[in-house]
Amino acid sequence: MNIHEYQAKEIFTGFGLPVPGGKVATTTEDSVALANEFGYPVMVKCQVLTGGRGKAGGIKFCETEADVRKNAEAILGMDIKGHTVKTVLITPAVDIESEYYVGMLIDRNTKRILLMASAEGGVEIEQVAKDTPELIFKQPIDPRFGLLDHEAMDMGMRLCPTDIKKARQLASAMQKLYQAFVHSDASLAEINPFIFTPEGRGHAIDAKVNLDDNAIFRHSDYEPMRDLDAEDPSERAAREANLSFVKLSGNVGCLVNGAGLAMATMDLVKYYGGQPANFLDIGGSSNPEKVVNALKIILADEEVKVILFNIFGGITRCDDVAKGIIAATEIMDIKVPIVVRLTGTNEEEGRALLSKTDLVPATTMDEAVKKAIELG
Amino acid sequence: MAIFVDDSTKVVVQGITGRDGGFHSSQMLAYGTKIVAGVTPGRGGQKFEDKVPVYNSVKEAVQEKGANTSVIFVPPFGAAGAIYEAADAGCKLIVCITEGVPTCDMVKVMPYLEERGVRLIGPNCPGLLAPGIAKLGILPTSIVKEGPVGLVSRSGTLTYEVVYQLSAAGLGQTTCLGIGGDPVIGTTFMDAIKAFNDDPLTEAFVMIGEIGGDAEEQAAAWIKENCKKPVVSFIAGQTAPPGKRMGHAGAIVSGGTGTAAEKKIALEAAGIPVAERPMDIVPCLQEIWKK
Repeated sequence: MNIHEYQAKEIFTGFGLPVPGGKVATTTEDSVALANEFGYPVMVKCQVLTGGRGKAGGIKFCETEADVRKNAEAILGMDIKGHTVKTVLITPAVDIESEYYVGMLIDRNTKRILLMASAEGGVEIEQVAKDTPELIFKQPIDPRFGLLDHEAMDMGMRLCPTDIKKARQLASAMQKLYQAFVHSDASLAEINPFIFTPEGRGHAIDAKVNLDDNAIFRHSDYEPMRDLDAEDPSERAAREANLSFVKLSGNVGCLVNGAGLAMATMDLVKYYGGQPANFLDIGGSSNPEKVVNALKIILADEEVKVILFNIFGGITRCDDVAKGIIAATEIMDIKVPIVVRLTGTNEEEGRALLSKTDLVPATTMDEAVKKAIELG
Repeated sequence: MAIFVDDSTKVVVQGITGRDGGFHSSQMLAYGTKIVAGVTPGRGGQKFEDKVPVYNSVKEAVQEKGANTSVIFVPPFGAAGAIYEAADAGCKLIVCITEGVPTCDMVKVMPYLEERGVRLIGPNCPGLLAPGIAKLGILPTSIVKEGPVGLVSRSGTLTYEVVYQLSAAGLGQTTCLGIGGDPVIGTTFMDAIKAFNDDPLTEAFVMIGEIGGDAEEQAAAWIKENCKKPVVSFIAGQTAPPGKRMGHAGAIVSGGTGTAAEKKIALEAAGIPVAERPMDIVPCLQEIWKK
């Protein structure tokens, strides 16, 4: 689950990271009122779940009330990479003398949380990693001890070799970020940039946090942070029905058991010149209700001209799956053709059941995909 | 022979009285897997299917029955706890089937296992099936066949699809291993291919990868330098949009890395053919094997 900058900053504040104060507004009037409360200058920052907000014109420095009025007016409702701005963060502007990048993520190779830091702050870190990887310093963190003082200080000194006070502030921020990361069950936490004012005070002026979906169950307080407007309605419906679903833009609706097979099915549709409408893992269940939910979500998209079931019945029996599909399609009024590929345990029985219906049976994945593209 | 299991494998199933744990324990027993005990706290003293004793802790199962391997079917919130318990009790191989384990939990578990020399397979995986020897997990036994091919995969049903095609072509397997779709997993591609390379009965193997991370690239580099056995590969997720989690927590293209295209390039550069379609895997393997 991705959360907004202001929400990430709320988490950071809770762990003692230095964040300049700020509040969110959804109207121009409220934006102006907040700016007047903080005093000028302020930043008006769009809150959308995508990168490149500044380049898109969604972040503005404002010295006067008129500036805030003009910019908030322009930013609220703005479309940034398909996301409509509904909220802006109004935050006191701070003078920037230097900028740093501090981030943490789960590193698959070391199987640890990895601290990454760079003096190349304020720019896209992916670009730095690509062009000048030697400018990013890395420190894997041992979960038994956390980020130790000397490890954090070493990183701080690498970023600020000539200023011990700044190095200490960076080290402290890194340790607090680690606490925030583990306690919120993040999968990514970034401060970009962490800045120093000319007076030498450090601030986290931007924040990005992704939370681990697998751990949301133990953070009921984070559930309200979910931005339901930012989700595609079909993806939201799928999440609420406990289905793993990703919307794409093709015409072949795919229902597959298993994530790997579902990806391979999409790839095969494309291989034969078709366009998959979605990724959907229906899981091992033959429950008609689950199939109905999945079909509703896929058929809500009017572009979908054909449905393709690709089921490999390993533990689940194919005749059970066939019964589930038949029951689901009888409940619903489906106008598009449905191709069903069933292989595995009891596949003959499964196909015998399908042969009594309008469903188009297929034996192999290739045959099914080709038939679906033809009918779509 | 197989990788990671042999005739001395004695299994304790954690969560044996649960719905999934019970169902799959029956399947494992039917295949001849030596399940010597089950564990469900509070159910100690009961018997599973009138024959497998249930204990309150893994420690008791190890002491009373000599279990050396655990298969875990407990819910996500208890999965890490179950892994610690099995490792502490002395199990040297732990297979965690559970899907949805918080990643930070797995990060904490890892050093605990390393210190004790414990191998973990998973989590979020179908486990391992060594035809004719043992089944640890949920892979369907009806599709496997004894033979000389090793198979390692991040996926479940896609693995079954490939195993099915291998068996249909008369190519049996030494071991079919699903390592799981999460970002932090115990046994990696690298661990599995090293084991297949060392296993005298495995003559060739198949590696089924997917988008996310760079485990396939690392494995490719190692194979190029160290492995003489024929290897073919398949990568799922060419059509996956960036930034979206494709079912598996680890299957995500982030920051432009972990794409199927990158993996394909790395594998081919290492001399490993990458099948375009799942159905091409078997012919591809047969072709390079002949050479």
